[in-house]
Amino acid sequence: MTKKVLIVDDEQNIVTALEYLLGQSGYQVEVAQNGEEALAVVDSFAPDLVLLDVMMPRVNGYEVCRRLRERPEWRHVKIVMLSAKGREVEVSKGISLGADLYVVKPFSNTELVAQIDALLAGA
Amino acid sequence: MKARYKFLLWTAILFVALLAIAAVLGVAFGTGLPPQDQEVLLRVLASRAPLLAFAAVILLFVCAGAVKWLFVEYVTAIHALAEQTGVVLGANDTLRVATEGAREVAAAAAAVNRLAEAHRELKHNVELRMREAGAKLEEERNRLAALMSELSEGVLVCNSEGRVLLYNERARALFAAGTASAGTLVGLGRSVFSLIDRGQIAHALEKLERLRRPGEAPPNTRFVTATAADRLLKVRAAPFLDSGGAMAGIVLTLEDVTGLLDQEASRRALLQALAAGVRAPVANIRAAAENLGAFPAMGTERRAVFVSIVAEESRGLSRKLNEALREYADALKANLSLEDIRAVDLLGVARQRIESALGVAVELGSIDEELWIRADSFALVQALAFLAGRLHEDYAVRRLQFSARAVGRHAELDLGWDGAIVASDALSLWEIEPMQIGDEQTPLALRDVLERHGGEVWYHTAGPGGQRSARFRFLLPAGEAATAPARAAAGPAASRPEFYDFDLFRVSDASLALQERKLAALAYTVFDTETTGLEPSAGDEIISIGAVRIVNGRILRNEVFEQLVDPCRALSRDSVRVHGIEAEALAGQPTIERVLPAFHRFCEDTVLVAHNAAFDMRFLELKEPASGVRFAQPVLDTLLLSAAVHPAHVDHFLESIAERLGVRVIGRHTALGDALLTGEIFLKLVPLLAERGIVTLGQALQASRQTYFARIQY
Repeated sequence: MTKKVLIVDDEQNIVTALEYLLGQSGYQVEVAQNGEEALAVVDSFAPDLVLLDVMMPRVNGYEVCRRLRERPEWRHVKIVMLSAKGREVEVSKGISLGADLYVVKPFSNTELVAQIDALLAGA
Repeated sequence: MKARYKFLLWTAILFVALLAIAAVLGVAFGTGLPPQDQEVLLRVLASRAPLLAFAAVILLFVCAGAVKWLFVEYVTAIHALAEQTGVVLGANDTLRVATEGAREVAAAAAAVNRLAEAHRELKHNVELRMREAGAKLEEERNRLAALMSELSEGVLVCNSEGRVLLYNERARALFAAGTASAGTLVGLGRSVFSLIDRGQIAHALEKLERLRRPGEAPPNTRFVTATAADRLLKVRAAPFLDSGGAMAGIVLTLEDVTGLLDQEASRRALLQALAAGVRAPVANIRAAAENLGAFPAMGTERRAVFVSIVAEESRGLSRKLNEALREYADALKANLSLEDIRAVDLLGVARQRIESALGVAVELGSIDEELWIRADSFALVQALAFLAGRLHEDYAVRRLQFSARAVGRHAELDLGWDGAIVASDALSLWEIEPMQIGDEQTPLALRDVLERHGGEVWYHTAGPGGQRSARFRFLLPAGEAATAPARAAAGPAASRPEFYDFDLFRVSDASLALQERKLAALAYTVFDTETTGLEPSAGDEIISIGAVRIVNGRILRNEVFEQLVDPCRALSRDSVRVHGIEAEALAGQPTIERVLPAFHRFCEDTVLVAHNAAFDMRFLELKEPASGVRFAQPVLDTLLLSAAVHPAHVDHFLESIAERLGVRVIGRHTALGDALLTGEIFLKLVPLLAERGIVTLGQALQASRQTYFARIQY
């Protein structure tokens, strides 16, 4: 079965690139433009993995991550945080809020896909 | 007993004693005779009675003479000796006692004179030494005051109660900076807790106490505190130990780090802005570019999308970088090890270094006197010496020339030489090798030094006017002329600034109730007001307040409060004639509601002194509801105190008292001038009050109440 990935980012350019990349890598991709939309889409789309940007207006990535981990039915969803904030404290924060992986921008497409593959293969 | 009576008494005793002996001998002689012979003897004696009486009178005179001689030679002489010795000892050490009287007495007098001579010499020596010590002390005090005022750091020393006993001008400026108040809050005898949070000082003291180890150097501790004017001070606290090793006080050195922290903060902001702001666009470009590379088979349309993403994000990235760099250019340049130095001074040092280390002659050419360079002067001098060394060794250059000028925001600094043409790539090789000057090796390369300065260097061959000359040209950031720290304004008497009072280390009677404390040891605020008129209850207002502090019997001319006040009403022409303050001068001044709280802080922990204080206090009282401050401390009135000292005089105007007490009257009818005059008068009154048994504050207040003038009410 095709695995499903939800991309949450308010920046259209990265969304376009990631959408194409993951589509080409064989995933079914859905996009949410912000945190609130992401939380709304999770139920209907039921993704296997959420690719989550940290810096978003109103509900930011940390908050989305925390709320996803609060709900038992979403605990199994893999979360990969993508962020331009790369300080150690910020990475620690993401991981302790329940992210499976914290990727600091910029990143390599091939590596990102490899990491996503690995996360979902284990699921 | 008087000498005359003594003389008569002794004469009488001697006379009676001799008569008694004669009588006893006569009786003893007569009783041994047969009765008829006794009868004959009595008859003979009776018939010779006048002769006997005459003999008795002669005997009396002989007795008087003998006693007189004894008195003159011994008693009177010794008496005079004692008296004169007393005078020598007590009043006049140049007086010598008379060597009169008997030989023995004269010898004693001579001995006393020798003793007096030795005593005088000794006293003279002691006086001389005391004067010397006094002069030395005075000199040291002056030196200390001068030294303290030159320090670029603020210094505060306080005793174990937290009372300031020494401060310098810098400390005062640090706490005064930015506050609108007219008076300074740093002052002798004032509480340090009004300047620095009590908790922080207490914590520092605790820490110092814990860190102290007997036999080791006293520890110190640091903290950062904010002043009332929101400046950040780095405070270094060290204990001040008395001879017994107990903590007698605390020494605080203060450094204003507001600017440094701002720089630090903007540097951090720059880094964060660069990190966060650059990462996202780079991520977008990279993701798009990698897609383009990884999927060559993608459609033209999609390819165009990715290409445009790359182009758009790259443009955004460049813009962001430029913005960040422009915005934070100053923060980038700011480097703590760089300081501003005059180009002339820097090159002078470099010349000395080159001549002594390499023996190469250096000439100072045209150097802009006003040019300052922001430089790590040590590293830069090393760099210049290094280049001079290479030129000397590799190209046998023997004469060098320095010149410098300003070029826009930079300083252009030339190291020139005659003759030898240097290979075009020599400089680029020298730039990266570790610098060696003579025998001295440094790990730094010229390139490191240039990067640290944000500067550049190149080999410049075209000389001015087209003639060929060779030089290395440095382009370095220009600095700002250093400004000298503000000097203390000289007091009216241009006296040595009174920034310390070590007597405050003794805090003997601080525990006593205020009323029982000695007048001479209290802290006072002497103040005066100028007003629109004489009737506060009829709407007259204060237009000026002047005040000065007295601590330990000294007027602190550096610690004054002087503030004009907008009365918010018209001035009568009569009042302008008295105080000379025109309405224009008061426009825009703060109102009394704002001035009184500042004045209240200035008066904290002191006794108020004013001439005819009831008048000024009435104004302050009427403003209590509006200003929200109450002047509840005791008030002494020089008018009442003067009346207590000189009850016979009716006239207790300020000028009259000043004349009576020998105080020079200058600068009358300004609030501060009158406050200073009142202060001087008060200090003269204190010893006069003491002569009348008025020593404590309580006694002075009591005496004031009893004075006739106290009954006059405004």
